Amino acid sequence: MTTALNVIGRPLPKVDAAAKVTGQTVFADDLVLPRMVYARLLRSPHPHARIRRIDASRAAAHPGVVATLVGSELPIPFGILPVSQDEHALAIDKVRFVGDPVAAVAALDEETAEEALKLVEVDYEAMPALMSIDEALQRPDARIHDYGPRGNVHKEVSFDFGDVEAGFAEADHVREDTFFFEGNTHLPMEQHAAVGSRGPDGKLTVWSSTQTPHYVHRALAKVLEMPAAHIRVIACPNGGGFGGKSDPFSHEIVVAKLSMKAGRPVKVTLSREEVFYCHRGRHPVAMWVKTGLKKDGTITAMHFRSVLDGGAYGSYGVASLYYTGALQTVTYRIPRYKFEGVRVFTNKPPCGPKRGHGTPQPRYALECHVDKFCHDLGLDPVRWRIENALSPGAITANQMQVRTIGLRECLERVVERSGFSSKRGRLGAGRGVGLAASAYISGAGLPIYWNAMPHSGVQIKVDRGGGVAVFCGSTDIGQGSDSVLAYVVAEELGILPEDIRVMTADTDLTPVDLGSYSSRVTLMTGNAALQAARRVREPIFAAAARKLGVPVDRLRAASRRIFDAGEPSRSLSFAEAVVLAESEFGTLGSVGSYTPPRSIARWKGAGVGPTPTYSYSACVVELSADRETGIVRVDKVWIAHDVGRSINPLLVIGQVEGSVYMGLGEVLMEEQAFRKGRHKIPSMLDYKSPTTLEMPPVESILVETLDPEGPYGAKECGQGPLLPVIPAVANALFDALGVRIDEVPITPEKVVAALEGRLRGPRMPALTYPQTVVVPPLAPGAPAAPPAPAASPGGSR
Amino acid sequence: MNDRSNRRGGLLEKARIRLRVNGEEREVLAPVHHTLLEVLREELGLPGTKHGCELGECGTCTVLVGGQPVLSCLTLPVECEGREVTTVEGLAAGGALHPLQQAFAELGSAQCGYCIPGFLLSAAALLRERPSPTRQEIAEATAGNLCRCTGYLKILEAIELAAARMRSRMENASD
Repeated sequence: MTTALNVIGRPLPKVDAAAKVTGQTVFADDLVLPRMVYARLLRSPHPHARIRRIDASRAAAHPGVVATLVGSELPIPFGILPVSQDEHALAIDKVRFVGDPVAAVAALDEETAEEALKLVEVDYEAMPALMSIDEALQRPDARIHDYGPRGNVHKEVSFDFGDVEAGFAEADHVREDTFFFEGNTHLPMEQHAAVGSRGPDGKLTVWSSTQTPHYVHRALAKVLEMPAAHIRVIACPNGGGFGGKSDPFSHEIVVAKLSMKAGRPVKVTLSREEVFYCHRGRHPVAMWVKTGLKKDGTITAMHFRSVLDGGAYGSYGVASLYYTGALQTVTYRIPRYKFEGVRVFTNKPPCGPKRGHGTPQPRYALECHVDKFCHDLGLDPVRWRIENALSPGAITANQMQVRTIGLRECLERVVERSGFSSKRGRLGAGRGVGLAASAYISGAGLPIYWNAMPHSGVQIKVDRGGGVAVFCGSTDIGQGSDSVLAYVVAEELGILPEDIRVMTADTDLTPVDLGSYSSRVTLMTGNAALQAARRVREPIFAAAARKLGVPVDRLRAASRRIFDAGEPSRSLSFAEAVVLAESEFGTLGSVGSYTPPRSIARWKGAGVGPTPTYSYSACVVELSADRETGIVRVDKVWIAHDVGRSINPLLVIGQVEGSVYMGLGEVLMEEQAFRKGRHKIPSMLDYKSPTTLEMPPVESILVETLDPEGPYGAKECGQGPLLPVIPAVANALFDALGVRIDEVPITPEKVVAALEGRLRGPRMPALTYPQTVVVPPLAPGAPAAPPAPAASPGGSR
Repeated sequence: MNDRSNRRGGLLEKARIRLRVNGEEREVLAPVHHTLLEVLREELGLPGTKHGCELGECGTCTVLVGGQPVLSCLTLPVECEGREVTTVEGLAAGGALHPLQQAFAELGSAQCGYCIPGFLLSAAALLRERPSPTRQEIAEATAGNLCRCTGYLKILEAIELAAARMRSRMENASD
């Protein structure tokens, strides 16, 4: 029997909406504790230098200073990935980018702390500043780190799935293209902030604007050499994250240590300039793709290369590198596939995961490349994409498993609603339409630290007043994860979201959830909440069934009542049923958890790419371009997204529109530019991002494929819809002007240069790729086994 | 950062500042060079006003002074003496949300919510002067407020919805 849903699928306000519109949400910088003092960090003015000597004694003696800290006091390295533990809370013997923290001061007020920083004496010995992939490769002697396979190469990989050379030999047409995607940053409106406080019991509490309290917890325990059980990390609601608050950061460890030294709470709030230095944003990536096709458009083989400018530290970079090669295969049929990738260290702020993590760059390249080879072969780009879309259950050349796939429906609906086919080539001078499609993960299939424990846990407490409290380690960064918990539990217990208290992101009080990254939260915490809610419902329904004299399987719950499905007037209130259940069974509570299904992939490196299920998107952009100024105006965007099931269409469309916005910023204006070793534009005025005046109307179409792995069928929606926007703009610009700009961002200068025929296309850095690992195909019917641990997101160092 | 402090005996020299904030007379001691943003958040216990850059670039710290939107990070409290300062805490009337707040909550206009106080005050100033703004006028009035979550569309829609409700309320009141 199908059960109507009462909460899921409705456009309800978020559970924290009233707090957010009244300014009452407590962000990290809003915290004020008794006796609290304020910290500031001294940051390197050099892109690359040895520290000969550092002396904070004059700063320590400055009136109003409570404590100082230098790198030698925190000698243990940390980093988000087990294979890249290459950061120190404060640099010890070397700085690697302008902005690398070297010392910290806590004082009675921020101004005094700032003054005291000027009294810290640091003697630097400058080293060559390696500000690009080419420069880093040309100076293998000036190593930024002392690990990695050679010189300034951080990580290199090469895998061949199915002999691409044989595929190219079979092809009627082979096309090669080169692209470059410049780096850009998250620019969350909230500057990072953290408060550290060691209590009288010797236990430490850190509040932070972090997306990943669990990994901050791990880093603190490691660097401070304290038992994790004595450390409590509380993630405050994030004022925007987008991946920029997913690493454990220097300042979080520094306030913890300073509070231990000072014996009082310490707060740090980064300036906007410092936020640019924290970065962990989009990697600059040079890409080359070669595809062999039959005349009818059937792909015979694809070979993809990416070279990443990683910046100064490892961060998520090994995973980012794999992601630039992982998801090309999960949209269209590609029978043979080869991926080669290299990540290079440079003296710039470290790159990491930004919305779409490592996949927007290759998706941009791939979708432009598709339009180009369709043009070569005289194929319709809509029909090619629809005809070559994978089918449900497909297993790709690189052993990724597709479950449900709404790609065809996304394409059909977005093309139909936009009138793409009748507009393409017919809008007149300077106007054009472009199409692109994409896929993204609904959570990484494997955790960062490989273990057998759940990725998400939920605990539910039901009290005798009918109140329900939900505890989960997940972190609300604005995407609405607290609301999703309330919706799921309300749906299962037949109560209303406002009846539920949601307590999240507190490592002392809530079960672990790995964090708000990889678009994992709705699927994973949703499933954990579903399990916990169904478990706690059992005694409540059992007591209600006894009271009503109805078999338990005939009971339903909605609108705070539990009733007989056959005779709804036989009912009692949820609160009454709770009292009966607690009387009969004792205190009511439950736990639930979720662990993704095991990946079928068995090759080193297959830690990246698998997911419980992929989301799909398709996008049409209509734009106008001025041939004189090169200015591109996006007139309208249509986007269809396979969200599996829309848990709340209001929030899903909010995520889709926000993704479109961020994609438009990336493709048209946003870039991290550096001059002479320095970040050229560490301010919000000069780092150009779209305002209300640049944002076009967006028509969002939600496609529901009801994925069996998602809660109520839901997939992700927070990252995937960004992906097709960028190539759709590039493809529309070709329709409008007849020129290809194979470099993001597509600035007015590049448009004019392309029209004048003087735009130099991107080129690949000169380097050698490592020995290719030939991956044998999966044996038919072989039992699914996990890849060897060496294939963790980082592989081995 | 520049040394902008005036010191006496190691402490920042403070001045007595009188402000009328959200209808209440307030008096604080604060360093004279501290901005209205700092005084609101740190001295007056009104953390609803947020900061995104403290350089006048993002609009996050927008408050109303004499009904006009200003960037509180570029405003000195002494400039505000004798004029009404309105922050997000002053928008709701008692327990009832302002129509703008109600519309923002209903339409999901606040994702992370960090920029929302600034948008609400920019919009409140607009609607006071133009009760029936066009979409373009709304976009222009809020073009100085950056938001990274929403793509602005739900914010613009909420301002339109609130404007419509405020007009119908005015019409009903005058009937």
